[in-house]
Amino acid sequence: MPATRIVAPAKARKGEVIEIKTLINHPQETGFRRDNVGRAIPRDIITRFTCTYAGEEVFRMDLFTGVAANPFVAFTTIATETGDLVFEWTDQHGTVTREQARIVVT
Amino acid sequence: MTSRRRQRFAVLAGLALGLAPLLVAGQERAIAPSDLRSGREFVSPETQAQQDDLTVNPGMLWVEQGEKLWREAAGEAGQSCAACHGEPSRLKGVAARYPVYDAKLGRLLNLEGRIQHCRAERQKADPLAYESQPLLALTALVAHQSRGLPMSVAVDGPAQPFFETGRALYHERQGQLDLSCTQCHDESWGKRLRAERISQGHANGFPIYRLEWQTLGSLHRRLRACFQGVRAEPPASGAPELLALELYLAWRAHGLPIETPAVRR
Amino acid sequence: MRRGLEGMSRRTLLAGTVGILVLPLIGDRALATPDSMAEAMDEVLGKGARIKPGRVKIELPELAENGNSVPLKLSVESPMTAADHVKALYVFSERNPVSNVVRFHLGPRSGAARVQTSIRLAATQRITAVARMSDGSLWSGTADVIVTQAACLDET
Repeated sequence: MPATRIVAPAKARKGEVIEIKTLINHPQETGFRRDNVGRAIPRDIITRFTCTYAGEEVFRMDLFTGVAANPFVAFTTIATETGDLVFEWTDQHGTVTREQARIVVT
Repeated sequence: MTSRRRQRFAVLAGLALGLAPLLVAGQERAIAPSDLRSGREFVSPETQAQQDDLTVNPGMLWVEQGEKLWREAAGEAGQSCAACHGEPSRLKGVAARYPVYDAKLGRLLNLEGRIQHCRAERQKADPLAYESQPLLALTALVAHQSRGLPMSVAVDGPAQPFFETGRALYHERQGQLDLSCTQCHDESWGKRLRAERISQGHANGFPIYRLEWQTLGSLHRRLRACFQGVRAEPPASGAPELLALELYLAWRAHGLPIETPAVRR
Repeated sequence: MRRGLEGMSRRTLLAGTVGILVLPLIGDRALATPDSMAEAMDEVLGKGARIKPGRVKIELPELAENGNSVPLKLSVESPMTAADHVKALYVFSERNPVSNVVRFHLGPRSGAARVQTSIRLAATQRITAVARMSDGSLWSGTADVIVTQAACLDET
């Protein structure tokens, strides 16, 4: 499983707009590069990233070859309730990397 | 001694002690200490921001991985790094004085070498190769503990012969382009090479996230790329020449803050 | 005449050695053209869709440090309420081998229409971002970026 990094507040006030940042260690290989003997390096990319908050999808990102390696995203969401933030990265083969973080909302 | 004279003596003594590493081996520095500039000063504001903000710095992926590996049991004895060393924060200051001469081993060790040695001899675990994810992660973790601290290596005593070797290599013309490190990084820093400004070639941010590599990489990888840049055969990562050069570079960068994980182009 | 570079800063003009070259990362794949971008936009936004310039703020450096990774910030002024919000942000390239770069799907739970990522740029070009609003309207913003080749070869 690729390494991931999630920066999200552990606590927030209800109604506060919070910022979440995520990173995933992935080459996001375009398929256009060639190795040192001229063979095309096959495409291998993450195609989708979602953030689900207490069961509801609050953010989705569609990634193509033009997203830089080790895909990074910063986005916002409203702190509505205490619950789990679930992050899922899906690659072109359908493999899912899943991480979660808990947020306490007062 | 009057108190004022004592004061003046203290100031001069302090200055001498502070300047001693700069004057060691009678070596005059090509770049005056006040002109020392980290590689950070030669990248764009956006790249600087990417380095400075640890919540976006991609190198932190490896630092976090390093934290996990630090606590993982490894090798025959099933010991983790934490079992002997405690928390990673206990290693604050270590990276600032590397590379070091290890008397027991009788050789120069950089951070990678130290970790490789611990891994092989203490944990009796599988060796870690240069540029492998685990070695990058652990090196980044340890060096990151010294982020903000000034580089300060010892180049006297048993380290001195290695320092001399490194200095000689730094000034030796290499490759088809017949260029030495000093020609670009001492004589031409700040000038443009195509669309880029030449840096002073300091090694205070390694391992770095290099945009050209699209991943984190070691100093030895970067040095090998420099050799390729002048069309010279690069030494292997971990080779004595690169270790000696690393020591010389650390001396050159005396006083510059460690920036690991730095972001460079 | 390359459109969009008339506003290039004096600093860039005086740089002198700025080269506009293709990066190795695209191998032998042809670069996209503004026509293929137009095709991609038709497919995603609907053929003949009316896109109004404005409201979308796109931040990219004028000069990319390295085309492999260029930081991109997008923001749209919007109350982000159920009745009035940004539903999606689409980013298009006129010169990358693939015209679709990235898409973001937002909603009333986003709180703000503000995202950041890092993208690849195969060559000097104009990047276009289009916002689809909850009322169906489309707005766009653009940014021009100069991309140069690395000074020294690195084959490590």
